[in-house]
Amino acid sequence: MSIDRRQFFKIAGLATLGLAGKPAYEVFAQGEDVVDSVTVTSETPPVPTGPLTAHRWAMAIDVRKCLDQKDCKKCLLACHQVHNVPDFGNPKDEIKWIWKESFEHAFHEQDFEHLPDDLEHQVVPIFCNHCDNPPCVQVCPTQATFRREDGIVMMDQHRCIGCRYCMAACPYGSRSFNWRDPRPFIKQVDPAYPTRTRGVVEKCTFCDDRLARGLLPACVEACEARAMIFGDLEDAGSGIRELLRQRLAIRRKPGLGTKPEIYYIV
Amino acid sequence: MLENALRGDRRYWSWIALLLGIMFVAFLFYLRQSSYGLGITGLGRDVTWGFYIAQFTFLVGVAASGVMVVLPYYLHNFKEFGKLTILGEFLAIPSVIMCMTFIFVDMGQPFRILNVFLYPTPHSMMFWDTVALGGYLLLNIVISRIVLDAERKGITPPHWIKPVIILSIPWAFSIHTVTAFLYSGLAARPFWMTAILAPRFLASAFAAGPALLILFCFILRRVSKFDAGREPLQKLAVIVTYAMAINVFFVLMEVFTAMYSNIPEHLLHFQLMYFGLEGNTSLVPWMWLSTVLAVVSLILLINPKTRRNEAVLAVACITTFLSLWIDKGLAMVIAGFIPSPLAAVPKYWPTVPEAVISLGVYAMGLFIVTVLYKIALSVRERLAA
Repeated sequence: MSIDRRQFFKIAGLATLGLAGKPAYEVFAQGEDVVDSVTVTSETPPVPTGPLTAHRWAMAIDVRKCLDQKDCKKCLLACHQVHNVPDFGNPKDEIKWIWKESFEHAFHEQDFEHLPDDLEHQVVPIFCNHCDNPPCVQVCPTQATFRREDGIVMMDQHRCIGCRYCMAACPYGSRSFNWRDPRPFIKQVDPAYPTRTRGVVEKCTFCDDRLARGLLPACVEACEARAMIFGDLEDAGSGIRELLRQRLAIRRKPGLGTKPEIYYIV
Repeated sequence: MLENALRGDRRYWSWIALLLGIMFVAFLFYLRQSSYGLGITGLGRDVTWGFYIAQFTFLVGVAASGVMVVLPYYLHNFKEFGKLTILGEFLAIPSVIMCMTFIFVDMGQPFRILNVFLYPTPHSMMFWDTVALGGYLLLNIVISRIVLDAERKGITPPHWIKPVIILSIPWAFSIHTVTAFLYSGLAARPFWMTAILAPRFLASAFAAGPALLILFCFILRRVSKFDAGREPLQKLAVIVTYAMAINVFFVLMEVFTAMYSNIPEHLLHFQLMYFGLEGNTSLVPWMWLSTVLAVVSLILLINPKTRRNEAVLAVACITTFLSLWIDKGLAMVIAGFIPSPLAAVPKYWPTVPEAVISLGVYAMGLFIVTVLYKIALSVRERLAA
């Protein structure tokens, strides 16, 4: 069996990662009390050592850890700041990549009548589920939204025609449309990330640009409670897999077969 | 042939001027929309499709309905529709153009619309809908042009046109089926996710379209020398009757399934339409009006005495058309978005710019209908003379 250049580099790259042991993001991304065998040595993020890669990116949210931080908005503020997400101040034009939704609404298909006291009327962060079987990708007439091999559902805002079919198809309401020029409504433009034009759709991208620079998603990095655990779902030894082995996690609308990859640990 | 559209009496030119005037005003509003963005409409993060897409959906039906005169004439050799086929095709052409315009005005980046062909995506129903509509437009342009040209020259149309006409029949069904698939394949929107949506679309289209054609024939009788004749219109009226009855039957099927199964995510949309939901009652008067109009239509259409009276038939056609327009051109799209996937009950109502732009697209459609009918009837008048 012969391998071509591309495959060679792929294998070589993976081998290098393997030699380096657990990637830095794994160490950082998991909570201290989750896996005894891995100790978090430093509070400061590790120095980026190269792009973070995975076979299947996923996120777990430790709901109770999140709820311990009353009224915390660090994850959404960080996300919206680094991605130049505008604030129009009205729900009609609203653009949001990640936001806090009541537990009852986020999981309304579960029809929770009686919740534990600490969950009732509480809010959880919700964002794009980066589905394995994303309806938005299925319906997009121009492949402007597409799924990467590592599971990230991406948006190409230069190709998007603004038909909003993806918004009709998303069962999670995770997508936003630029109903008007967003630029005047960005509080502080971060020149490191592009702003968008009116008439295109946008959403969470798991911070693909940061991963490429060896950084964790902005929300994960901003979460002081370490309630957001980001990792490779196909790596049986990853922190997120370890967590999912230990605790019960629920996903939003799993019955639709979209295979959402955001896990809520309750 | 086009020169026929440039000859007309004062009434004709006033009508043309009125339509052009509306189109001009609408165009100014569209310029405003394209500089401000779609935020100028009532649409928002939760209700992302509205009046424009609803008009598109309704008009695909009107376009498809041309087949209701073409099919009996060409497949069943039903001679009485001979005079009507060209009117059916000349209704289909502007309807498809209106559909395309409504899609265009609904796009956030309309000048990128050709990306649909640059990156063809077979797993997107929107790609297939674009193909189906474009093909249908082309078929109707070719067929009407060849057939009318032959009629003008007093010769029989070339033989190759027959298979093209036959092809246009399943194609007409396909445009509305694929348009229904835009909606009925979305797991996120339980209100649309019903296998009966495509049949329902076809039934309502085959009622509303021929009803409109009957009304056009009544108008033509007054403003031109063209008389479609009594019997062809009576036959069309029977088609409207059956289609309307089947449509109402399908709607009741939907209501039964939602009510009896009692699954909230299906039921709540019907509750929104007929009774209101969490204070959102904007559709309620419209839906009851649609219901009353549907009942009136069925009474007037099913009863042979009323149906055979042309004045009453005209009323029945108007009530049928309005009832179906409210159902499909207003409520169907909006209700699919409310409640939202996060159980919110957003509000949506078309804004003034949205309504004026829509009116402008309709004016454009009527303008094309007028010009095409003028051409067709002038050719016939000259032959008769």
